[in-house]
Amino acid sequence: MRTIRADFAAIADWVRPGARVLDLGCGDGELLALLRAERDVAGYGVEIDDANVLACVSNGISVIQGDLERGLSGFEDRSFDYVILSQTLQAVRSTERIIREMLRVGREGIVTFPNFGYWRNRLHVLSGHMPVSENLPFQWFDTPNIHLCTVNDFDAFCNAHGVRVLERLVLREGARIRLLPNLRGSLAVYRFEKA
Amino acid sequence: MQDADIDRSVGAVTPQRARFAEPLALACGRTLADYELVYETYGTLNAARSNAILVCHALNASHHVAGFYADEPENVGWWDNMIGPGKPVDTDRFFVIGVNNLGGCFGSTGPASIDPQTGRPWGADFPLVTVEDWVAAQARLADRLGIRQFAAVMGGSLGAMQALAWTTLFPERLRHALVIACAPNLSAQNIAFNEVARQAILTDPDFHGGHYYEHGVKPVRGLRVARMVGHITYLSDDAMAEKFGRQLREGRLTYNFEPEFQIESYLRHQGGKFSEYFDANTYLRITKALDYFDPAFAHGGNLAHALAAARAAFLVISFTTDWRFSPERSREIVQALLHNRREVTYAEIEAPHGHDAFLLDDPRYHRLVATYLDRAAREAGA
Repeated sequence: MRTIRADFAAIADWVRPGARVLDLGCGDGELLALLRAERDVAGYGVEIDDANVLACVSNGISVIQGDLERGLSGFEDRSFDYVILSQTLQAVRSTERIIREMLRVGREGIVTFPNFGYWRNRLHVLSGHMPVSENLPFQWFDTPNIHLCTVNDFDAFCNAHGVRVLERLVLREGARIRLLPNLRGSLAVYRFEKA
Repeated sequence: MQDADIDRSVGAVTPQRARFAEPLALACGRTLADYELVYETYGTLNAARSNAILVCHALNASHHVAGFYADEPENVGWWDNMIGPGKPVDTDRFFVIGVNNLGGCFGSTGPASIDPQTGRPWGADFPLVTVEDWVAAQARLADRLGIRQFAAVMGGSLGAMQALAWTTLFPERLRHALVIACAPNLSAQNIAFNEVARQAILTDPDFHGGHYYEHGVKPVRGLRVARMVGHITYLSDDAMAEKFGRQLREGRLTYNFEPEFQIESYLRHQGGKFSEYFDANTYLRITKALDYFDPAFAHGGNLAHALAAARAAFLVISFTTDWRFSPERSREIVQALLHNRREVTYAEIEAPHGHDAFLLDDPRYHRLVATYLDRAAREAGA
């Protein structure tokens, strides 16, 4: 059996049963399949890649092919309980716009991203190299990641952009890090709403 | 045909015919007292009668969707690349029906049929039919074949409009709708192209007000021009540029009105071929059915309201270079379905061929349909 991604497990924990969920950059639909099985959600994915769209169809996941960078104009205000962006935020060009759109379309937003403040990443940079790790698996020259940030950065972003954080979870190897999360955690999971 | 294609063909097929004596009330207010539909079927209806797929045809096509005729092996069905054993619409699992719509010219009751009232061809007196009329007639054929609920109703272009209409007219009678290269209605530009095509036919001296059958002539010039206009709109600028560019037939200008550019010769060829087998009165009616289709109209222009009754799961597919039924138009349908919280998957296929792409053998497109229908087949126990 495949192990469930740590951020997916956290999200499944948060999402209310029967909720309506929009998963942005849904990949092959794994998260939606999990949420459907465990939380009985009604959900759609948004995905740009042909192969992923096909995988969603194969997995029985409703998917809308489209480019997140062009906004969520096809989705009505407040039409979802949760809009999720898992491990994609760092690859989106207009961070402000996507968060704004998430909170237009959904009552709550959920994002997960690799914490650049994790000590191993800092060590990489200190040693003179960009980090390559499980959560940041790309070399600097072929990475889709253009907006890497730390937990502290995202907190400050939310503060400055009218986003109220409802829950924050910082993980390392699937375990919650409570002490010095920005230093010791490698993966951040946020649930938030419009302030 | 290549051997590999023959292996995956439904083989030689025979059209069938069904007569309906119950009068059919049409949207235009008139009634057809009785009528015939010609249709083909491929594959086997399972015991639960749950594996039927209805394939609706677009402007110039017919009930001959797949396979070939034993006495006419070159006459291959118009969607043969999509439908057959092991193909995306797998006839080893599904029972597939193609039907020539009312008003057609391939065997179903239409303008060239004999009007029982007069004993002469209907001609101009054949009523104008709509997408909804076609769907109502198709539903009667389904009754006749003992199919209460289709596994799927599918089509491209005007065929997709029929699939869409099915979902609201008979919501419980289909589990899936495959709506390909569709639009929720025609744009003014689209209607304009249709009107040019109709004017070409209506002003042809051989049209005789639509009663040309009794004059022993056909408005072939009008039909040719109509087809040429249509054909331009089915292709993308890029596809035409790539296929023809500014290529000259003789390698030099000839300074006359004979076809000089390859594109001219291609269009004339297409127009000529079409005018030999298609009926002008049918062409007029089908373009009108296209123009009239607008499910949102009765709902104050609100497509979401119009589709509120739908219960099917949808696969909506558009093609990036289709400027006649552009991806934006498909997204309108998707948006309306999302509003109604319907199950919907939308795919935008990057294809250079314009509107015609829905008929072509694009691996991404075909894999998508195959994968979607594979799930539908398993649901149907097929």
